[in-house]
Amino acid sequence: MDTVVPLRIQILSIIGSVFFLMLIGRLILKRKLEEEYAIIWVVCTVFLLVLSFWRAGLERVAALLGVFYPPSLIFLAALFAITLFLVHLSVVATRLEHQNRRLAQEVALLRNELRESPKA
Amino acid sequence: MNPAPPHIAVVVPAYNEEESIRDVVAEVIRSLEHLGLSPEVIVVDDGSTDGTESAVRTLPCVLLSLPFNIGKGAATQLGFRYTYARNCDVVVLVDADGQHPAEEIGALLEPLLEGTADVVIGSRFLGNGGSRSSFGRRIGISYLNALNGMLLRRRVTDSTSGFRAMNRKALALCLEEYPYEYPEPEAIVMFTRQNLRVVEVAVHMNERTGGQSSIAMSDGLLYLFRTTLAMLMAVLRTHH
Repeated sequence: MDTVVPLRIQILSIIGSVFFLMLIGRLILKRKLEEEYAIIWVVCTVFLLVLSFWRAGLERVAALLGVFYPPSLIFLAALFAITLFLVHLSVVATRLEHQNRRLAQEVALLRNELRESPKA
Repeated sequence: MNPAPPHIAVVVPAYNEEESIRDVVAEVIRSLEHLGLSPEVIVVDDGSTDGTESAVRTLPCVLLSLPFNIGKGAATQLGFRYTYARNCDVVVLVDADGQHPAEEIGALLEPLLEGTADVVIGSRFLGNGGSRSSFGRRIGISYLNALNGMLLRRRVTDSTSGFRAMNRKALALCLEEYPYEYPEPEAIVMFTRQNLRVVEVAVHMNERTGGQSSIAMSDGLLYLFRTTLAMLMAVLRTHH
Protein backbone atom coordinates (compact mmCIF):
# COMPACT_ATOMS: atom_id res chain seq x y z
CA MET A 1 0.00 0.00 0.00
CA ASP A 2 1.45 3.27 -1.11
CA THR A 3 -0.95 5.57 0.63
CA VAL A 4 -0.18 4.37 4.13
CA VAL A 5 1.83 7.46 5.02
CA PRO A 6 2.04 10.38 2.57
CA LEU A 7 5.56 11.03 1.31
CA ARG A 8 5.59 14.63 2.52
CA ILE A 9 4.86 13.63 6.08
CA GLN A 10 7.48 10.92 5.82
CA ILE A 11 10.17 13.39 4.74
CA LEU A 12 9.09 15.89 7.37
CA SER A 13 9.23 13.35 10.17
CA ILE A 14 12.63 12.07 9.06
CA ILE A 15 14.04 15.60 9.00
CA GLY A 16 12.42 16.34 12.35
CA SER A 17 13.79 13.22 14.01
CA VAL A 18 17.31 13.72 12.64
CA PHE A 19 17.27 17.35 13.75
CA PHE A 20 16.14 16.33 17.25
CA LEU A 21 18.82 13.65 17.43
CA MET A 22 21.47 16.22 16.47
CA LEU A 23 20.17 18.61 19.12
CA ILE A 24 20.44 15.92 21.81
CA GLY A 25 23.94 14.96 20.60
CA ARG A 26 25.03 18.58 20.73
CA LEU A 27 23.71 19.05 24.26
CA ILE A 28 25.61 15.96 25.44
CA LEU A 29 28.80 17.13 23.70
CA LYS A 30 28.58 20.51 25.40
CA ARG A 31 27.94 18.78 28.73
CA LYS A 32 24.59 20.50 29.08
CA LEU A 33 22.82 17.16 29.26
CA GLU A 34 23.79 14.10 31.26
CA GLU A 35 23.80 10.83 29.35
CA GLU A 36 21.45 9.47 32.01
CA TYR A 37 18.70 11.81 30.81
CA ALA A 38 19.69 11.73 27.14
CA ILE A 39 19.18 8.00 26.68
CA ILE A 40 15.40 8.15 26.78
CA TRP A 41 15.37 10.91 24.16
CA VAL A 42 17.77 9.07 21.89
CA VAL A 43 15.68 5.91 22.16
CA CYS A 44 12.46 7.80 21.43
CA THR A 45 13.98 9.54 18.43
CA VAL A 46 15.39 6.34 16.97
CA PHE A 47 11.96 4.81 17.42
CA LEU A 48 10.39 7.70 15.49
CA LEU A 49 13.05 7.39 12.77
CA VAL A 50 12.32 3.72 12.32
CA LEU A 51 8.61 4.47 11.99
CA SER A 52 9.40 7.27 9.52
CA PHE A 53 11.27 4.93 7.20
CA TRP A 54 9.12 1.87 7.69
CA ARG A 55 5.93 3.33 6.36
CA ALA A 56 3.59 0.43 7.02
CA GLY A 57 5.11 -0.22 10.41
CA LEU A 58 2.71 1.81 12.48
CA GLU A 59 -0.32 0.18 10.86
CA ARG A 60 1.11 -3.28 11.37
CA VAL A 61 1.86 -2.69 15.03
CA ALA A 62 -1.52 -1.06 15.57
CA ALA A 63 -3.29 -3.98 13.94
CA LEU A 64 -1.27 -6.38 16.04
CA LEU A 65 -2.34 -4.60 19.24
CA GLY A 66 -5.93 -4.23 18.07
CA VAL A 67 -5.75 -0.44 17.87
CA PHE A 68 -8.34 0.74 15.35
CA TYR A 69 -6.86 4.16 14.56
CA PRO A 70 -3.06 3.75 14.17
CA PRO A 71 -2.01 7.37 14.94
CA SER A 72 -3.61 7.13 18.36
CA LEU A 73 -1.03 4.48 19.16
CA ILE A 74 1.66 7.13 18.80
CA PHE A 75 -0.20 9.47 21.16
CA LEU A 76 -0.65 6.69 23.68
CA ALA A 77 3.02 5.72 23.56
CA ALA A 78 4.15 9.34 23.74
CA LEU A 79 1.90 10.17 26.70
CA PHE A 80 3.06 7.07 28.51
CA ALA A 81 6.74 7.87 27.92
CA ILE A 82 6.33 11.51 28.94
CA THR A 83 4.48 10.62 32.13
CA LEU A 84 7.11 8.09 33.11
CA PHE A 85 9.87 10.55 32.42
CA LEU A 86 8.17 13.27 34.47
CA VAL A 87 7.95 10.92 37.44
CA HIS A 88 11.61 10.15 36.96
CA LEU A 89 12.42 13.88 36.97
CA SER A 90 10.42 14.36 40.19
CA VAL A 91 12.44 11.60 41.81
CA VAL A 92 15.66 13.24 40.65
CA ALA A 93 14.49 16.65 41.91
CA THR A 94 13.63 15.15 45.30
CA ARG A 95 17.05 13.55 45.58
CA LEU A 96 18.77 16.80 44.66
CA GLU A 97 16.65 18.75 47.15
CA HIS A 98 17.58 16.30 49.86
CA GLN A 99 21.28 16.56 49.07
CA ASN A 100 20.95 20.33 48.85
CA ARG A 101 19.48 20.58 52.33
CA ARG A 102 22.16 18.31 53.74
CA LEU A 103 24.87 20.43 52.11
CA ALA A 104 23.34 23.61 53.52
CA GLN A 105 23.39 22.02 56.98
CA GLU A 106 27.05 21.11 56.56
CA VAL A 107 27.86 24.66 55.44
CA ALA A 108 26.20 26.05 58.57
CA LEU A 109 28.15 23.62 60.81
CA LEU A 110 31.43 24.51 59.10
CA ARG A 111 30.71 28.26 59.31
CA ASN A 112 30.19 27.82 63.03
CA GLU A 113 33.39 25.82 63.43
CA LEU A 114 35.35 28.46 61.54
CA ARG A 115 33.99 31.20 63.78
CA GLU A 116 34.73 29.23 66.96
CA SER A 117 38.24 28.18 66.00
CA PRO A 118 41.05 30.49 67.15
CA LYS A 119 42.31 32.67 64.34
CA ALA A 120 45.58 31.42 62.92
CA MET B 1 27.92 11.68 95.07
CA ASN B 2 25.62 13.55 92.75
CA PRO B 3 25.44 12.38 89.16
CA ALA B 4 26.61 14.93 86.62
CA PRO B 5 23.79 17.36 85.78
CA PRO B 6 22.17 16.64 82.44
CA HIS B 7 23.49 18.58 79.51
CA ILE B 8 20.53 20.60 78.24
CA ALA B 9 20.45 22.78 75.13
CA VAL B 10 17.70 24.89 73.63
CA VAL B 11 17.37 25.02 69.86
CA VAL B 12 15.58 27.99 68.32
CA PRO B 13 14.91 27.74 64.59
CA ALA B 14 14.46 31.26 63.21
CA TYR B 15 13.33 32.58 59.85
CA ASN B 16 12.92 36.35 59.53
CA GLU B 17 12.33 36.98 63.22
CA GLU B 18 14.54 40.01 63.85
CA GLU B 19 11.83 41.71 65.92
CA SER B 20 11.43 38.93 68.44
CA ILE B 21 14.63 36.88 68.43
CA ARG B 22 16.46 39.05 71.03
CA ASP B 23 13.67 38.77 73.58
CA VAL B 24 13.18 35.08 72.94
CA VAL B 25 16.85 34.26 73.49
CA ALA B 26 17.03 36.52 76.56
CA GLU B 27 13.95 34.92 78.08
CA VAL B 28 15.18 31.39 77.39
CA ILE B 29 18.52 32.18 79.02
CA ARG B 30 16.78 33.77 82.00
CA SER B 31 14.52 30.79 82.55
CA LEU B 32 17.39 28.29 82.18
CA GLU B 33 19.40 30.20 84.77
CA HIS B 34 16.34 30.28 86.99
CA LEU B 35 16.26 26.48 86.76
CA GLY B 36 19.92 26.38 87.75
CA LEU B 37 21.02 25.17 84.33
CA SER B 38 23.90 26.52 82.32
CA PRO B 39 22.26 28.45 79.50
CA GLU B 40 23.11 26.88 76.19
CA VAL B 41 21.05 28.29 73.35
CA ILE B 42 21.50 27.49 69.69
CA VAL B 43 19.77 29.72 67.17
CA VAL B 44 19.47 28.23 63.69
CA ASP B 45 19.06 31.03 61.18
CA ASP B 46 17.20 29.47 58.28
CA GLY B 47 18.46 31.79 55.57
CA SER B 48 16.64 34.86 56.91
CA THR B 49 16.52 37.85 54.59
CA ASP B 50 16.02 40.41 57.37
CA GLY B 51 18.37 41.33 60.22
CA THR B 52 17.89 38.09 62.14
CA GLU B 53 21.46 36.90 61.65
CA SER B 54 23.15 40.13 62.73
CA ALA B 55 20.79 40.38 65.70
CA VAL B 56 21.76 36.90 66.86
CA ARG B 57 25.48 37.62 66.49
CA THR B 58 25.27 40.09 69.39
CA LEU B 59 23.55 37.56 71.67
CA PRO B 60 25.21 35.13 74.07
CA CYS B 61 24.25 32.06 72.07
CA VAL B 62 25.51 29.79 69.34
CA LEU B 63 24.56 30.82 65.82
CA LEU B 64 24.18 28.24 63.07
CA SER B 65 23.52 30.17 59.92
CA LEU B 66 22.20 28.42 56.85
CA PRO B 67 23.17 29.82 53.44
CA PHE B 68 19.55 29.77 52.28
CA ASN B 69 16.10 28.80 53.51
CA ILE B 70 15.72 25.02 53.82
CA GLY B 71 12.49 24.74 55.83
CA LYS B 72 11.74 24.73 59.55
CA GLY B 73 12.11 20.98 59.95
CA ALA B 74 15.45 20.83 58.16
CA ALA B 75 16.70 23.84 60.16
CA THR B 76 15.60 22.12 63.36
CA GLN B 77 17.34 18.95 62.26
CA LEU B 78 20.55 20.96 61.92
CA GLY B 79 20.09 21.92 65.58
CA PHE B 80 19.61 18.22 66.40
CA ARG B 81 22.78 17.26 64.59
CA TYR B 82 24.76 20.00 66.33
CA THR B 83 23.49 19.21 69.82
CA TYR B 84 23.84 15.47 69.33
CA ALA B 85 27.48 15.89 68.33
CA ARG B 86 27.98 18.01 71.46
CA ASN B 87 26.67 15.16 73.62
CA CYS B 88 23.55 16.92 74.83
CA ASP B 89 21.22 14.78 76.95
CA VAL B 90 18.12 16.86 76.42
CA VAL B 91 17.13 19.27 73.67
CA VAL B 92 14.33 21.81 74.00
CA LEU B 93 12.72 23.38 70.92
CA VAL B 94 11.44 26.94 71.18
CA ASP B 95 9.97 28.96 68.31
CA ALA B 96 11.66 32.26 67.53
CA ASP B 97 8.43 34.23 67.28
CA GLY B 98 7.95 34.56 71.03
CA GLN B 99 4.75 32.56 71.36
CA HIS B 100 6.35 29.86 73.47
CA PRO B 101 6.62 30.70 77.16
CA ALA B 102 10.25 30.21 78.12
CA GLU B 103 9.32 30.19 81.80
CA GLU B 104 7.54 26.88 81.20
CA ILE B 105 10.63 25.07 79.94
CA GLY B 106 10.91 23.57 83.41
CA ALA B 107 7.49 21.93 82.95
CA LEU B 108 8.67 20.41 79.67
CA LEU B 109 11.87 19.09 81.24
CA GLU B 110 10.25 17.46 84.26
CA PRO B 111 8.96 14.23 82.64
CA LEU B 112 12.27 13.83 80.79
CA LEU B 113 14.42 14.25 83.86
CA GLU B 114 12.15 11.91 85.82
CA GLY B 115 12.60 9.40 83.02
CA THR B 116 8.87 9.02 82.38
CA ALA B 117 8.94 10.33 78.80
CA ASP B 118 11.20 10.53 75.77
CA VAL B 119 9.42 13.42 74.08
CA VAL B 120 7.42 16.13 75.83
CA ILE B 121 5.09 18.48 73.96
CA GLY B 122 3.81 21.75 75.39
CA SER B 123 0.09 21.79 74.63
CA ARG B 124 -2.06 24.93 74.40
CA PHE B 125 -5.24 22.95 74.73
CA LEU B 126 -4.51 20.65 77.62
CA GLY B 127 -5.77 21.54 81.09
CA ASN B 128 -6.05 25.24 81.79
CA GLY B 129 -3.63 26.32 79.11
CA GLY B 130 -5.12 28.25 76.27
CA SER B 131 -4.43 30.46 73.34
CA ARG B 132 -6.56 32.53 71.07
CA SER B 133 -6.32 31.63 67.42
CA SER B 134 -8.43 32.05 64.33
CA PHE B 135 -11.39 29.82 63.55
CA GLY B 136 -9.70 28.28 60.50
CA ARG B 137 -6.59 27.52 62.43
CA ARG B 138 -8.53 25.88 65.26
CA ILE B 139 -10.34 23.66 62.76
CA GLY B 140 -7.06 22.68 61.13
CA ILE B 141 -5.48 21.85 64.48
CA SER B 142 -8.55 19.83 65.56
CA TYR B 143 -8.37 17.90 62.32
CA LEU B 144 -4.66 17.12 62.78
CA ASN B 145 -5.26 16.13 66.40
CA ALA B 146 -8.04 13.77 65.30
CA LEU B 147 -5.87 12.31 62.55
CA ASN B 148 -2.98 11.84 64.96
CA GLY B 149 -5.34 10.25 67.45
CA MET B 150 -6.72 7.87 64.84
CA LEU B 151 -3.35 6.86 63.44
CA LEU B 152 -1.70 6.41 66.80
CA ARG B 153 -4.75 5.33 68.83
CA ARG B 154 -4.03 7.84 71.54
CA ARG B 155 -5.18 11.32 72.44
CA VAL B 156 -3.18 14.23 71.08
CA THR B 157 -4.42 17.70 72.00
CA ASP B 158 -1.91 19.94 70.21
CA SER B 159 -0.15 18.21 67.36
CA THR B 160 1.10 21.44 65.80
CA SER B 161 2.86 22.72 68.89
CA GLY B 162 6.57 23.23 68.24
CA PHE B 163 7.32 23.79 71.95
CA ARG B 164 8.93 20.47 72.76
CA ALA B 165 11.69 18.75 74.63
CA MET B 166 13.27 15.39 73.93
CA ASN B 167 15.94 13.14 75.31
CA ARG B 168 18.98 11.79 73.52
CA LYS B 169 17.19 8.62 72.45
CA ALA B 170 14.61 10.66 70.53
CA LEU B 171 17.31 13.02 69.29
CA ALA B 172 19.22 10.14 67.71
CA LEU B 173 16.13 9.22 65.68
CA CYS B 174 16.00 12.65 64.05
CA LEU B 175 19.54 12.85 62.76
CA GLU B 176 18.97 11.09 59.44
CA GLU B 177 15.23 11.38 58.91
CA TYR B 178 13.18 14.33 60.03
CA PRO B 179 10.30 16.01 58.18
CA TYR B 180 11.87 19.07 56.61
CA GLU B 181 8.85 21.33 56.33
CA TYR B 182 6.04 21.82 58.91
CA PRO B 183 7.50 18.95 60.95
CA GLU B 184 5.34 18.95 64.09
CA PRO B 185 2.42 16.54 63.45
CA GLU B 186 4.51 14.12 61.42
CA ALA B 187 7.23 14.02 64.07
CA ILE B 188 4.65 12.87 66.65
CA VAL B 189 3.77 9.94 64.38
CA MET B 190 7.45 9.18 63.87
CA PHE B 191 8.24 9.21 67.60
CA THR B 192 5.20 7.19 68.63
CA ARG B 193 5.67 4.57 65.94
CA GLN B 194 9.26 4.14 67.10
CA ASN B 195 7.84 3.30 70.53
CA LEU B 196 9.06 6.47 72.18
CA ARG B 197 6.99 7.75 75.09
CA VAL B 198 5.37 10.98 73.92
CA VAL B 199 3.75 13.04 76.66
CA GLU B 200 1.87 16.34 76.55
CA VAL B 201 2.00 18.94 79.31
CA ALA B 202 -0.22 22.01 79.58
CA VAL B 203 1.38 25.35 78.76
CA HIS B 204 0.04 28.81 78.13
CA MET B 205 1.17 30.29 74.85
CA ASN B 206 1.62 33.96 74.07
CA GLU B 207 0.53 35.92 71.07
CA ARG B 208 3.21 36.18 68.42
CA THR B 209 5.36 39.23 69.06
CA GLY B 210 6.55 39.64 65.50
CA GLY B 211 7.08 38.03 62.15
CA GLN B 212 4.62 35.68 60.54
CA SER B 213 3.51 32.13 61.15
CA SER B 214 5.27 29.62 58.94
CA ILE B 215 1.78 28.72 57.70
CA ALA B 216 -0.12 31.43 55.84
CA MET B 217 -3.90 31.07 55.82
CA SER B 218 -4.02 30.78 52.04
CA ASP B 219 -1.71 27.80 52.24
CA GLY B 220 -3.79 26.24 55.01
CA LEU B 221 -5.53 23.62 52.90
CA LEU B 222 -2.37 22.70 51.05
CA TYR B 223 -0.62 22.41 54.41
CA LEU B 224 -3.33 20.11 55.75
CA PHE B 225 -3.28 17.93 52.65
CA ARG B 226 0.47 17.68 52.62
CA THR B 227 0.69 16.96 56.32
CA THR B 228 -2.03 14.31 56.08
CA LEU B 229 -0.10 12.55 53.35
CA ALA B 230 3.14 12.85 55.30
CA MET B 231 1.54 11.42 58.44
CA LEU B 232 0.03 8.47 56.58
CA MET B 233 3.40 7.76 54.98
CA ALA B 234 5.13 8.02 58.34
CA VAL B 235 2.79 5.31 59.63
CA LEU B 236 3.37 3.05 56.63
CA ARG B 237 7.12 3.56 56.78
CA THR B 238 7.26 2.21 60.32
CA HIS B 239 4.78 -0.59 59.77
CA HIS B 240 6.30 -3.73 61.18
